[in-house]
Amino acid sequence: MSEKKSVGIVKTETWTFARPPERLKLRCGEELGPIDVAYETYGELNEEGDNAILICHALTGDAHVAGKNSPEDRKPGWWDLMVGPGKPIDTKTYFVICSNCLGGCQGTTGPASINPETNEPYGLDFPMVTVEDMVKVQHALVTRHLGVKKLLSVIGGSFGGMQVLQWAIDYPQMITSALPIASSARLSAQAIAFDEVGRQSIYSDPNWNDGDYYDSEPPHRGLAVARMVGHITYLSDRSMREKFGRSLQDRKTVGYDFGPPDFQVESYLRYQGDSFVRRFDANSYLYMTKAMDYFDLSENHGSLIEAFEFVDSSFLVLSFTGDWLFPTYQSQDIVRALHANAVPASFCEIESDYGHDVFLLDHPALNRTISGFLSQVYTTVGESDAS
Amino acid sequence: MRLDYHFIEQHIPEGARVLDLGCGNGALVEKLIQERNVDGIGIEIDEQSVQECINRGVPVYHGDMLEGITMFEEDSFDAVILSRTLQQSLDPGRLISDIMRVGERGIISFPNYGYWPLRLKFLFGGKMPRSQNFPHPWYESPNIHLLTVKDFTNFCSINNLEIIDKIFFSSAYYQLPSLAANLFAALAVFVIKK
Repeated sequence: MSEKKSVGIVKTETWTFARPPERLKLRCGEELGPIDVAYETYGELNEEGDNAILICHALTGDAHVAGKNSPEDRKPGWWDLMVGPGKPIDTKTYFVICSNCLGGCQGTTGPASINPETNEPYGLDFPMVTVEDMVKVQHALVTRHLGVKKLLSVIGGSFGGMQVLQWAIDYPQMITSALPIASSARLSAQAIAFDEVGRQSIYSDPNWNDGDYYDSEPPHRGLAVARMVGHITYLSDRSMREKFGRSLQDRKTVGYDFGPPDFQVESYLRYQGDSFVRRFDANSYLYMTKAMDYFDLSENHGSLIEAFEFVDSSFLVLSFTGDWLFPTYQSQDIVRALHANAVPASFCEIESDYGHDVFLLDHPALNRTISGFLSQVYTTVGESDAS
Repeated sequence: MRLDYHFIEQHIPEGARVLDLGCGNGALVEKLIQERNVDGIGIEIDEQSVQECINRGVPVYHGDMLEGITMFEEDSFDAVILSRTLQQSLDPGRLISDIMRVGERGIISFPNYGYWPLRLKFLFGGKMPRSQNFPHPWYESPNIHLLTVKDFTNFCSINNLEIIDKIFFSSAYYQLPSLAANLFAALAVFVIKK
């Protein structure tokens, strides 16, 4: 493989649509507009227009997948390990797109955006958005703004994988392949339970004020605790044992008090919570977790098999052995329903004990599998173009 | 190409839906896709082999055969291939019944434990015999359900499975006559249907 490089300095762009008189009709029946969509792209769309890949981000991700927005940035985008020149999703070959989800808070319209009817932030007046709505917005960006007619692949992990499934169902003719990673066709009771703990934590912060806090102190405590709970579910017993064990934080013995953290793992979670509130909006967290909880393809289509009836793309479904938030059986359910519809679907359970978040780490087997699948799909598309 | 693969290929109609159990790196399915234009998929337990399948564009399900075959609905395939691994299955009876559930026909090959050199080694050596097809010592062998040609034909008649074709090979892959195959065949391939 050629040398891995960064995509360098990238800019998050914004496209606005659903301007009056146009409005976007949402699943819940309400209408919304205008809608800003924050997005980034890497690489170039080729002449045939057949090398575009859409990446769907997870619950708290954003459009900034790879590279840095400025040279001073401490860290690159959230999937910089995967996306770039010479990387598994190689930007020398593919044109890569990612946009911030509807309801998010990283540039795309969400509860923190200004409601044009009141000139105040929406807060809880923001309509309840679903995965279907998010995908509809991505579709508008890709087709209307970026002029892409067909996507070589739609890829996403976790909540992003749910968007991938929705894409395959809603726009079957538009995607050649789908790659959901550590995902599910319906969230488990256990995962809904953790989401609810996160939301309760936000509700119980007095600063939350029923979502109306944009001109006062935001509910940072509540959001930080929600993030701490969430973060635990992304890890595993083994990853925490190896990373922290029972090591103490800046001390030789436990303090026998309720002061500063005793253990490193406490300090780590506090850090995760505190840094999260600087980049994320509490109301967005509520909306996004609700969208994830409501996602249920079986319920929406009668059964999962019926949901995939018109799917017309090849699939690679990936899961991780140590993922207890989106366990392997949920990926197998997806594969079973795809097979029942004679959809060419591959499935691989990648060996890793490091929990749900593995798709964000540098995992050689994951890298190989994704790059191998994509180049195979790309070759096949090239052959059918030529014939 | 090995003659047993050639025989398997002859029993795969053009454009057939094919499942290869224990497909390894996907070479056979790839060949069937290229030469017979089949709609093929494999099941494979080894993660690295699964990745090789994906890299060569062969759809694959990562998992144990017994569990993986339950992923498919009744009559999903025209042919299900089980090449040389029947004797390694934890539950060969259930596996064959699942093959017959998801497939119109099963193409099953296995090394014959009734092969005469094995019999002699066992009789005179008094130890678990080893051969080209059974290279492992008893404590490392993946072959946990050993069978003979006669065992297999008996199984088929008890379970009302029709044998529609069969072929036998010597250890050097010469084709052998069916007569006394239980004694002389090192490898057997059967095509069965309900």
